[in-house]
Parts: sequence; C-alpha cells; structure tokens
Amino acid sequence: MKFAIQVNEGPYNHQASVSALNFVRAAVDAGHEIFRVFFYHDGVNNGTRYTTPPQDDINIVKAWSELAEKHNMDLVVCVAAAQRRGIVDEGEQERNGKDGNNIAAGFRISGLGQLIEAGIQSDRLVVFGD
Amino acid sequence: MSDIKKFMYVNRTAPYGTIYAWESLEVVLIGAAFEQDVACAFIDDGVYQLVKGQNTTELGIKNFSPTYSALGDYDVNKIYVEKESLEARGLTIDDLMDLKYEDEDDDWAEKDSIHVVSAAELADILEQQEVVFSF
Repeated sequence: MKFAIQVNEGPYNHQASVSALNFVRAAVDAGHEIFRVFFYHDGVNNGTRYTTPPQDDINIVKAWSELAEKHNMDLVVCVAAAQRRGIVDEGEQERNGKDGNNIAAGFRISGLGQLIEAGIQSDRLVVFGD
Repeated sequence: MSDIKKFMYVNRTAPYGTIYAWESLEVVLIGAAFEQDVACAFIDDGVYQLVKGQNTTELGIKNFSPTYSALGDYDVNKIYVEKESLEARGLTIDDLMDLKYEDEDDDWAEKDSIHVVSAAELADILEQQEVVFSF
C-alpha cells in the first residue's frame, strides 16, 4: 500500500513526530511504500539541522534524515509554515535575504500542493498530531 | 488531474489560540486548485471558526474569518457543522456566517454552503471520504 504521512507537531514538544517515525519505519519494514512525508504547522521544526538534543535522548531530526537517505524518502516541509517558523533552505535564504539556512539533510521545502498531491496519489493519508 | 477523490477537511479547534484553524484554511484554499471533490467539517471548538462578527483587535492577531466567505468561489460548498457541537456551546446556525455559493448546475442560483448535521450523519459522511485531513 502507498502511504502519505502528515506530521503536524514539532519534535520533543509532542509525541506526533516520533509516532510518525515509528509508523513510517514499520510501514517500510512491512513492504509498504511511503509516497511522501509532509511536515506542517509546528511539524516543520522536524526539519532543522540545528536541533541539538541531550546525548542520552533520541535525535529525531537525525532519525528522519537517516530514514530519508536509507529509503530515498521524500520529506517535504511546507514553505508557508516554514517561513513563519524560521526553517530555511538555500533557496529560501536567497529569496528572503536571510544570513543562513538550517534545513536538515534529506528534507526539502515546497508548497502545500505537495500535501494535496500526496493525498491524491496515495492509498491512505495518515495524519499525526493532536 | 485524472482521478477525482473525495477530500474532507475536519476542523476541530477554535479559530484563535492556536494556528491550526488558519493553516487548515490555507490548505483548503490551495487544495481547491486541484479540483477534487472537497468537503469541510466543523466539530468541537472548530464550530467557533464559523461564528460571525469575529473581532480580534484586542487579541493582536489577524482576523482571518472573512476568508471563509471566499470558499464558495473556490467550489468549496459542502460545509458540515456538527449539531451537537453547536448545542454544547449554546450556538445555533444563526450565530454562524452566512456562507453561500452559486450553483453552476442550477442557473447559478445562490445556495447555502453550511449544513448542520448530527454526529451520526457526520459519521456517515466521513465514512464516504477517501482523504481525510484533520486539523
């Protein structure tokens, strides 16, 4: 089965992103396809490489990056939500005249259309959040 | 777009206090360009999103409620409001914005977009959906 995943909450503040990680791992292990993971609302905070959790804690951002690399997974951060919350890639840095960027490996910033398309193309959309 | 799916946006939160309602409306507006079969549901505190006469001046937050009246122009005209949620908050349909759309299949007659439905009816409607977004 082909899944689209929506993550609506930031890491650490809320269980949603770790539950999404666990779901995505289990789905891949069971042979399913993840069409896309879309990060919305505070979920965009899953995509900053400046996240520095204590050493004895799970590094959620790194876990997403590793998943993306291992399974060539499409991790998309909503551009409108990202701009509000200061998640920046090279393109956004240039467009908005920022002095740096913080997007984590394996993530890309794109529009809400990517979420709608994921809903259309997938067999199931699973939303993680409150 | 080759295949048309039944899209449902479920709105459960009050319009202010958190950003879920506003960012949900942004998804609905962007999604309208994809010409899917779209419906919206408003339940729990989500019913407050449609209350008329919203004034956010003292909150210091943008009042985005006028945007709902544009939904009809985006072909988003199936708006279901749960009766029990209204009643629990002392609200009736008269407290809500008068959202309309023009029905192109009926000589552009102006019709109501909002339908007050029971929880049981809404459950049936949700059962028929193919893609359910939850905000």
